[in-house]
Amino acid sequence: MGRYVARRLLQMIPVFIGTTLIIFLMVHILPGDPIRAMWGDKAADPAQVASLRHEFGLDQPLWKQYVDYMGNLFQGDFGKTFGGREVIDEMSESFPVTLRLTAVAMIIEIIVGIGLGAWAGLRAGKAADTGVLIFTLIVISIPVFVLGFLARFVLADQLGWVAPNVQDSTDYAQLFLPGFVLAMLSMAYVARLTRTTFAENLRADYMRTAMAKGLPRRRIVGVHLLRNSLIPVVTFLGTDIGGFIGGAVVTEGIFNVQGVGNLLFKALQQREGSTIVGVVTVFVLVILVINLLVDLLYAVLDPRIRYA
Amino acid sequence: MTIMDKTADIPAPRAGGPDDARLLEVRDLHVEFHTRDGVAKAVNGVNYSVDSGETLAVLGESGSGKSVTAQAIMGILDMPPGKIPQGQILYRGQDMLTMSNEERRKIRGQKIAMIFQDALSSLNPVLSVGYQLGEMFRVHQGLSKKQAKAKAIELMERVKIPAAKQRVSDYPHQFSGGMRQRIMIAMALALEPDLIIADEPTTALDVTVQAQVMDLLKELQTEFNMGLILITHDLGVVADVADKIAVMYAGRIVETAPVHELYKRPAHPYTRGLLDSIPRLDQKGQELYAIKGLPPNLLKIPSGCAFNPRCPKAEDICRTEIPALVPVSEQDGSELPGRGSACHFWKETIHG
Repeated sequence: MGRYVARRLLQMIPVFIGTTLIIFLMVHILPGDPIRAMWGDKAADPAQVASLRHEFGLDQPLWKQYVDYMGNLFQGDFGKTFGGREVIDEMSESFPVTLRLTAVAMIIEIIVGIGLGAWAGLRAGKAADTGVLIFTLIVISIPVFVLGFLARFVLADQLGWVAPNVQDSTDYAQLFLPGFVLAMLSMAYVARLTRTTFAENLRADYMRTAMAKGLPRRRIVGVHLLRNSLIPVVTFLGTDIGGFIGGAVVTEGIFNVQGVGNLLFKALQQREGSTIVGVVTVFVLVILVINLLVDLLYAVLDPRIRYA
Repeated sequence: MTIMDKTADIPAPRAGGPDDARLLEVRDLHVEFHTRDGVAKAVNGVNYSVDSGETLAVLGESGSGKSVTAQAIMGILDMPPGKIPQGQILYRGQDMLTMSNEERRKIRGQKIAMIFQDALSSLNPVLSVGYQLGEMFRVHQGLSKKQAKAKAIELMERVKIPAAKQRVSDYPHQFSGGMRQRIMIAMALALEPDLIIADEPTTALDVTVQAQVMDLLKELQTEFNMGLILITHDLGVVADVADKIAVMYAGRIVETAPVHELYKRPAHPYTRGLLDSIPRLDQKGQELYAIKGLPPNLLKIPSGCAFNPRCPKAEDICRTEIPALVPVSEQDGSELPGRGSACHFWKETIHG
């Protein structure tokens, strides 16, 4: 077990270096000059452009820029934005917001997704099951931004039940709607996955044994069926956290949540390399760690899996 | 004094005729499955009974309805698609089919327990065997987790699993096939039921382990004086263990007999076919006998005797009239207790 974790942690190093390099290169491949863009349509003073370019190290060869960036990164220095703020400050403001949003989405996904899936799975082939399948199919086929704008338009602008924009991200009531929109797609997948594993395991031999033992139905479903059915679902949920952080770019835009998605979007518009690479680097780290945790959790849930 | 009071004074085997005292009696049981292709008639009027300490072997090919009958007794049939349109299953004189779900649940595991064929898939893969054994005590007797674990270890020792104390927290996949089947037996035995139904308990095991498991089952049955219904298609297993045999074909009992009588003188061509298809050492090198044809499609069972398309002795009457299970007697008319055959030509088969 310990060796397995050590190996996985070591594997993270090349993945980490590789992803940061790719992101770094991609930012520089983008057409246009970010420094020149600061002046917009107005004529820029070449001396000023050159000095700014020098300040952000953009006059250096690309490999030098990458090495410098990584060197600073390992000292905890994520660089500065064009506005002169420390990237680390920007991130420490926006990451908690996104984490709260993700947590809200996760809770909705778990409760609604697994609940709906279990409900349908126990009634496989009946009307309730078909209803859930159709509903999830609709959710899956509608793009998130359509769903998001629709939810905002109906619930906030027309009915006025919720505030259209999130003013205070520590208020979970305000985060509910964006969280729900963010969760919708994954929730539909979780519901379908849960439904299938429930319906499948319902026919398993050990379920027949559990019945023959004279156990009450609540125990048969709640212990014997649930433990077996949750194994694939938990794996999906784990990998989904990464998806939520990425998906937040769209959802945060719709509901004006000042999270990391918004930060990334603005940085992309301004082609601000240091912010983009910084944010994505943290994304990568979070996803790597979560994947490791999910794999370890997998072994806890399923004793047939052993890591050596 | 009222009549009610009188009956209340009579202990365990309840009031009424002697038949009511039977541990388990199945009367005219029918089971059908409603599928997309039509109605599959899996069990078509089965009658049998078991007493305490007695072993009934139910013999038959796949699809003969032997397992479905057992599942109907346990109340673990999938309903729907399964349906019991007719029949009674009497446990100590009480019809279980008219009981409430809760009443039946209390009988399951406590009074009637079942051992399944494939112990690997029949045990829950993600729960330790100790948990699964202990569950019986926790649910039915309300024991604590700790007490249940101690009981589980005791059970594992009773079915002769070595190092039970160390292995109680292991999972099913960590045991060998024979040990797993012992755990299944231990689970069925946990609450010392009156009746155990063993559905092909040794099919998934190799021959030496088969013998060990059967010996263990026999030993425990004697110790607790339990009734045992042994479902199998293995004639070799039956001979040593069973007291009486019921041979099933297409959802009907075609022959009943005390165990050794059946081997000596079968009274049904199907039983004869089964016995003839056992490989024998003294016939080495010869072609092995097989009953020709396939088991009938339960969606359309042949008219008359269901065995007629495969029967070497079939005549016109076999294709039109369903033979009833009639008592079988000696040539001179003297009774053969416990014997019955559902063949129009049973006389020719047993005496010819």
